[in-house]
Amino acid sequence: MNNYQVNENGYYGDFGGAYIPEMLYPNIEYLRQHYLNIMHEPAFQAEFQQLLRDYVGRPSPLFLAERLSEKYGTTVYLKREDLNHTGAHKINNTVGQILLAERLGKKRIIAETGAGQHGVATATVCALKGIECVVYMGEVDIERQAPNVARMKMMGATVIPATSGSKTLKDATNEAMRDWINNPLDTHYIIGSVVGPHPYPDMVARFQSVISEETRKQLQEKTGSETPDYVLACVGGGSNAMGMFYHFLDDEQVKLIAIEAAGKGVDSGESAATTLLGKEGVLHGSRSILMQTPDGQVVEPYSISAGLDYPGIGPQHAHLFKVKRAEYVSITDEEAMQAGLLCARLEGIIPAIESAHALAYLEKMNFTGKETVVVCLSGRGDKDLATYMKFFDL
Amino acid sequence: MPVNRLNELFARKNGPLLSIYFTAGYPEIDSTLKIAEALEKAGADFLEIGFPYSDPLADGPVIQQSSQKALENGMTVELLFEQLKDLRKRLTIPVLLMGYFNPVLQYGVEKFCKSCADAGVEGVIVPDLPMYEYEGMYKDCFSNNGVTNIFLITPQTSDERIRKIDQLSKGFIYLLSSSSTTGKNLALNDEAEHYFSRIREMNLNNPTMIGFGISDRESFRKAAEYTRGAIVGSAFVRILGEDNYLEKIDGFIRNLKSND
Repeated sequence: MNNYQVNENGYYGDFGGAYIPEMLYPNIEYLRQHYLNIMHEPAFQAEFQQLLRDYVGRPSPLFLAERLSEKYGTTVYLKREDLNHTGAHKINNTVGQILLAERLGKKRIIAETGAGQHGVATATVCALKGIECVVYMGEVDIERQAPNVARMKMMGATVIPATSGSKTLKDATNEAMRDWINNPLDTHYIIGSVVGPHPYPDMVARFQSVISEETRKQLQEKTGSETPDYVLACVGGGSNAMGMFYHFLDDEQVKLIAIEAAGKGVDSGESAATTLLGKEGVLHGSRSILMQTPDGQVVEPYSISAGLDYPGIGPQHAHLFKVKRAEYVSITDEEAMQAGLLCARLEGIIPAIESAHALAYLEKMNFTGKETVVVCLSGRGDKDLATYMKFFDL
Repeated sequence: MPVNRLNELFARKNGPLLSIYFTAGYPEIDSTLKIAEALEKAGADFLEIGFPYSDPLADGPVIQQSSQKALENGMTVELLFEQLKDLRKRLTIPVLLMGYFNPVLQYGVEKFCKSCADAGVEGVIVPDLPMYEYEGMYKDCFSNNGVTNIFLITPQTSDERIRKIDQLSKGFIYLLSSSSTTGKNLALNDEAEHYFSRIREMNLNNPTMIGFGISDRESFRKAAEYTRGAIVGSAFVRILGEDNYLEKIDGFIRNLKSND
C-alpha cells in the first residue's frame, strides 16, 4: 500500500520537514513529541468530540443536492461544513488546537488570518476557554474584511495589522511566527491550514479529518457504500481538502480532485494556481510547492477568494500532487462566481467563494450518470456577500 | 585549500571581535562592496553580508525594510556573486553570507557553495536551514567546497543539542542573546548572563559570538566578557538608511570598539 502520511522525520516524500530558525526549535520539538499522545488521550478525545457535537454542531450534514445532480446528470452530495459554528470548516482545527494548547500549559494564543475566517474561529475558541488571543492580519485584508475584524474584536481578540511586505496573509503568517520567536514560552501558535513546519500539517489534517470520517459513515447510510467515485474540494493552503481527502487516501479507486484558484486566468499574472505556477521551495517552515521568482522570492498570489489567496500549498498536497494520488485543477474567478450563483439558485445555499471553486469544477467533468460525487462545501457565503453583490450587480 | 580566514582570525586575534551585518543591495544596488571596504578600513573584524528574501521571518523591522529595499533595487543571489567577484582583491577580512534558505535552494545549494568558494566567502548563516536537514542533505556540499555553516543557539537550546551543533560546526557558534527577532536591545539581565555563563562553562570546541540585540558599545563590551565578541546588525543597517552613510561608518565602528 502506498503511504500518503507523514514519516517519522516529518516528511511526505520530498515535502514537509521543519525549516525553522533555532528560536522556534524548542517549541516545535516539544509539540512534535507530545501532539499525538495528547490527541490520543481518552479525556482529550472526549472533550474534543463533545465540543464538536455541542458547540460546533457536528456531524455536519451530507446533503443530496438533487437539482445540481439533475443538472450534471449524476449524484452530487454536499458536505455541509458551511453549517458549522462560525460558518466554515476552520473551527474543527481551532477547537482541537485550543484543547492541545491547554494541555501544553500555554496561556496565550496567536494566529494568522487572511479573509478572517481562521481568525474568527480562533477568537471563538479563545473566548470559549478564556485564553488571551492575538490575531495577525494583513493591513490590506483588515480593510477588505471589516465584519470579520469586528467579530474577532467582539470576542475579545486583539487584531494586529501586518504591515510588512505585501500586507496580506503570507505577511500575517510571518508576523505570527515573529511573535512566537519573541514569546516562545507562554504562547501557542494556532496555524489555520495544513502548512507550516512539521508537525503542523499532520496535526491540522488530523483535526480536519473528521470531515471525511463523517462522510464515509453518511455515505454508507445513504448509498450503501462508504466510498464515492469522486471527492472535490478547494485548495488554498489545503485544510478543508485534506480533511475531505483524509479517510479516502487509501481507497485508490476514489478519485480525489483539488481545485485551486486560477484568479483571472492561469497565464494572467493574477492567479493562485500553485501547482501549475509554482516550483519546489521552502516557505513558513516547510518544503512544498511555492509560487516564486527564479531568484526564490515569494510571489504574491491573486484570487477573488481571500481564502485561496496563498502562494503555497501544504506539503501533503505537494506530495499527493507529485505522486498523482490527487488531481490538481484550477477554476477562474468568473467560473467560481457563476457556480456560487448557480448553487444559490438551484439549492438555496449561498456558498463561500472558496467552496464555489470546487462546485465550478462539476461543470468541467463528464459523467455517465452512475457516479457518486462528494463536494466539500467548506464555508458559507455570508462573508462574501459584498463581493457577490458587486460582481452580479445585485 | 587556503587557510580559512575565519579560523585564522579566531586563532590569531586577542581581544573582542566585532562582526557587522548588512544587507547586500541596500541602500543602493552597488553599495555592497563600498560598505564592506569602509567596514574593513574602520576596523570591523569580519562581515556578514545578507542576501535579501521576501519573507525574512527571523528579522525585525529594520532588516526587513533593508531586504525589501534591496529586492526593489534588483538584488539577487546571482547578482551578489557577480558583485563579489572582486571581493578578495579589495578585502582581507573574513566574509560570511547570511540569508534564508529558499533563495539558496533556487540558486542550487551545490552551486551556492561553489560560488562562495570562488568568491572567497568563508561561510554562510542560514537561520531556517535546521541541523537535521543540513546534516542529512547538504553537509557534503558545504565541506567539499570548504565553506563553513554557522549554527545559531538560543537560551532554550538544550545542552545535548548544543553539543551536537558544536560537533557539526567549524568556525564559531552564533549565540542569540535571547529568543527574539533581530533588532531588539540586549537585556543584560541575570537570565541572559546565566545563559552566557552556562555556555562558557560547557567548554565547547568552537568559539562563540553573541548576536541579535547588540547595538552599542556597552552591549558589545558585555557580550565580549562571555564570548569572543559580538555581531551588530540592525543598529548598523539603521545608519545605512541615513544620508552620507559611507562617511558615518568609520565613526560607528570606532565608537563600538573604543575603550573609553
